[in-house]
Amino acid sequence: MTDAPFRLPSGGRIDRGSPVSFSFDGERYTGYAGDTVASALLAHGVRLVGRSFKYHRPRGVVTDGVEEPNALVQLGIGASGEPNARATQVEIHDGLAAASQNRWPSLGFDAGAVNGLLSALIPAGFYYKTFMWPGRWWMKYEYFIRRAAGLGRAPTGPDPDTYDKSWAHCDVLVVGAGPSGLAATHAAGRTGARVLLVDERPEPGGHLPGTSQSIDDAPAEEWVSAMVSDLAAMEEVRILPRATALGYYDHNYLTVLERRTDHLPYRERRGRVRQRLWKVRAKQVVLATGAHERPLVFRNNDRPGVMLASAARSYVNRYAVRPGTSAVVFTNNDTAYDPALDLADAGLRVVLADVRTGLSDARRSQLRRRGIELLAGHAITDVRGAKAVTGVSVAALNSSASAYAGGHRKIRCDLVCMSGGWNPAIHLFSQSGGRLAFDEARGAFVPGEARPAQFSAGGCNGTGALAFALSEGREAGKAAAAACGFRKRGGTPLPKVDVVEETPIRLLWTVPSRHLGRRLDKHFVDFQNDVTAADIALAAREGYRSVEHLKRYTTTGMGTDQGKTSNVNALAILSETLGADIAATGTTTFRPPYVPATFGALAGRDVGELSDPVRTTPMHQWHVEQGAAFEDVGQWKRPWYYPRDGESMREAVDRECLAARGSVGILDASTLGRIDVQGPDAAEFLDRIYTNGWKRLAVGRCRYGLMCTEDGMVFDDGVTLRLGEHRFLVHTTSGNAARVLAWMEEWLQTEWPDLDVYCNSVTEQLATASISGPFARQLLTELTTDVELGRDAFPFMSWRDGHVAGLPARVARVSFTGESSFEVSVPSGYGLSLWTALMHSGQRYGITPYGTEAMHVLRAERGFIIAGQDTDGTVTPIDLGMEWIVSRSKDFIGKRSLGRADTTRAERKQLVGLLTDDPEEVLPEGGQIVDTVTKPPMRMIGHVTSSYFSANLGRSIALALVRGGRDRHGEPVMVPLERAVVPARITEPRFFDPEGKRAHG
Amino acid sequence: MLLIECPWCGPREESEFHCGGEAHIVRPLHPEQLSDPEWADYLFMRSNPKGPHRERWVHEAGCGRWFNVERDTVTHEITAVYRMGGPPPNPSAAPGRKR
Repeated sequence: MTDAPFRLPSGGRIDRGSPVSFSFDGERYTGYAGDTVASALLAHGVRLVGRSFKYHRPRGVVTDGVEEPNALVQLGIGASGEPNARATQVEIHDGLAAASQNRWPSLGFDAGAVNGLLSALIPAGFYYKTFMWPGRWWMKYEYFIRRAAGLGRAPTGPDPDTYDKSWAHCDVLVVGAGPSGLAATHAAGRTGARVLLVDERPEPGGHLPGTSQSIDDAPAEEWVSAMVSDLAAMEEVRILPRATALGYYDHNYLTVLERRTDHLPYRERRGRVRQRLWKVRAKQVVLATGAHERPLVFRNNDRPGVMLASAARSYVNRYAVRPGTSAVVFTNNDTAYDPALDLADAGLRVVLADVRTGLSDARRSQLRRRGIELLAGHAITDVRGAKAVTGVSVAALNSSASAYAGGHRKIRCDLVCMSGGWNPAIHLFSQSGGRLAFDEARGAFVPGEARPAQFSAGGCNGTGALAFALSEGREAGKAAAAACGFRKRGGTPLPKVDVVEETPIRLLWTVPSRHLGRRLDKHFVDFQNDVTAADIALAAREGYRSVEHLKRYTTTGMGTDQGKTSNVNALAILSETLGADIAATGTTTFRPPYVPATFGALAGRDVGELSDPVRTTPMHQWHVEQGAAFEDVGQWKRPWYYPRDGESMREAVDRECLAARGSVGILDASTLGRIDVQGPDAAEFLDRIYTNGWKRLAVGRCRYGLMCTEDGMVFDDGVTLRLGEHRFLVHTTSGNAARVLAWMEEWLQTEWPDLDVYCNSVTEQLATASISGPFARQLLTELTTDVELGRDAFPFMSWRDGHVAGLPARVARVSFTGESSFEVSVPSGYGLSLWTALMHSGQRYGITPYGTEAMHVLRAERGFIIAGQDTDGTVTPIDLGMEWIVSRSKDFIGKRSLGRADTTRAERKQLVGLLTDDPEEVLPEGGQIVDTVTKPPMRMIGHVTSSYFSANLGRSIALALVRGGRDRHGEPVMVPLERAVVPARITEPRFFDPEGKRAHG
Repeated sequence: MLLIECPWCGPREESEFHCGGEAHIVRPLHPEQLSDPEWADYLFMRSNPKGPHRERWVHEAGCGRWFNVERDTVTHEITAVYRMGGPPPNPSAAPGRKR
């Protein structure tokens, strides 16, 4: 096999024994295990990998890691597709299909590139300025803007992969396995502390394998291997590779995204978890997240072939790839020198342009030995080439770096390496709440005051030199372990590292060109969002002086890379334009996640059926078999209606409603919340919780109760049974059971600990069938021998224990339909037996199962409220016309509030009935009510809370809350809808059996 | 996400708890004797300090018990956890309620 043309014959961390075949834009390429998409493409001389967001300019690989702004690729297709993957991090594997983004019809010829020619017309804030007017055109604009600008395509269809989440608790969490992270882990691990080391790369060592650095007079990789084998022997140390810390939250809680199978061929992924989200709680955290190299801002610095110096070095050393044949290295600091040397050693012709003049002899002689031409005090003034760099212009800067001293010299090259200094990766530090400080000398934000139990070491602490990074890491690891109570004397001495004398950085935030300041000049600051130095200067002139406003206006620092390479340059240019200190300008807020994360990982296993717990009653299977349509009530699945032979919902509900009043209907009421309240003070407790009194309720009787919150608003309602002198069974609304129990507990524990009362949820211990209608009693008589069902022996609002269908049962004579009805409760295990027995014996009476919709209609016919539907937390018992249930003789929660000026206003919204003039017209719930129809906005006097067609009444009915409604019975109102204005009349909120006689029958 | 020391269960994740707002607000024994402004003060007015704040928490997904927490609203540092009805610790750090 002939190797790729830019692959070096030896070296690198790639496995030359394992060739890998993948595709890019449909073209097949080969690389080696250990390659990324970026390194493998560069090995084949592929420079053009994407188009920019706004101008569709050709773009190439800029970095070798997480901060990549340009080389974003689409992986896979359809449901498992992933957009915006960083080619610099995606490890190649057999079958991998990557594609470039934001180009049409092809990467080489992109129709959108016309935007680049029109760029003079697309300045900062272009969209805000242009598409403001006319407003109704926005929808049209948006379609084309979304098509023209954008990155990858979102996956279609459900995600086929499996994800999960895991907790990890450790003494010390170390983020980053570079030199300081390894040193910290080693120092903490040897004390016996439990240490978790997470690192985003496939192998530890951070940037070291990408350098030609020596440690202890041997290649740095040997030191890394020695550290890793030491750590492997430590029982309490765990290393997670391919794991990126996404967020750093309060009390040392961090989330870490581990990519477990993304690097494997598809055939090896089956049955495995693709990604795992770790939730880590650490006693101490050591941040060793390193630093990102900063681009320099010069003309046409976005041409494919312009990359960071450290990235070029990494492609040579880590991947054995020559990123070009002839390079111009452009720098303002010393860290670009070693890359220049390595490029020369790899056979490239190298010229080094340094904006500084006073360079050390050591550096000069290093260059001289490799035959590298040094242009001290020079800058690149322009980059030539379209889809690849073909050359640069350089010139000597004057002493203030405001203009050029001499002529512009052209140099042919196919690679430009730039270094504008380094930005410590302070993202996590800042997320945790640490304060940033600005290091004026190096032009970098560094950690200032940190949150407790946290250390920063190495590059992310602003420490560039390897020797110091190692010692900082070791000290941080030691201190972190000690803070957890783990100490051990001794330890290996710090390794020996060569130190070269450094010349200080010369900060030059924009490199002048002959045209700087003119809009046509493309000095890119944010490559991903196509933001130039001129855009930032323009925004500043237009008054966007705050860095947060600048970001929103120019979009600098947005997108998938969140400005990892661009932010500091952008705010430095803003500060320069404003004549302000960079420290005073500050940074935008660092927010999680540090890198984009899949929704799959964040969701974990909580998808589909597991996304929310589903509660079903013991009779559920029967409902399913009958073809019931279900409704979600809280987490419960409740039968909504039972359509028969192609019935519509309306037809089914009408039939069910007629049966419940005409013969006998049966409802699965097992979902009602039930709370067992026991204790000598139980009656006193309920007196305080409910608006009505409980002390005189006899054992064997039931009572309807209403509870309010302390502001006097209705909270819940239901029937309570007095089971004994010291025992009550409280029923709550189906969806509110947990809240009511929590409410009771809160008052018992925090306000009335002196009350001897115990509350317990028994909702799931019981199954309840409610039978309702003229034949309900007759049906029940057939099934019980020991419950006396006569009207006098078993009066309305009482309960009896006995047997029904041979099952131990409690029968309560309560009614939510307004019919004579019985609620039969059995231990939940007997629920289905009870139900089938009732259905079987009920056949001759025409027993009809009815769902929640019919239940709602039936109760609305009687004007019974549903807490949470006819009330919304702003409705008092008085508003509902329920003064009869509000005790005057005792205190209860919310009572005092019923006498406040606001709750006694005449103009409060009150519960009324609403009858449309057209009896077939069913108002939509939520419909607004007005007195007179005018041009909007109209004065709204209320809204519809419940609305149905009532088959029993042969017309539509509605409940509503209307201002001062109780004094307006009989008055006409209007309900303006989109399609028509519906006239209606306010009535008493009771439509059927207004005296309520039938329930007693 | 906070790590909260439940007095009965030990340190647990914040997601297991529910915050019940400011602590040490006692329900008046005779609400009917209060003027509207006095009742409104009990009902609605809460302190919102920058710094130490005492609040009620319940270990909802755990033992179900209520207790008090002193938490710094700036740093989220929890400086004390004490039982319902117990005396507040660190009286010097007590945020004075403005009445």
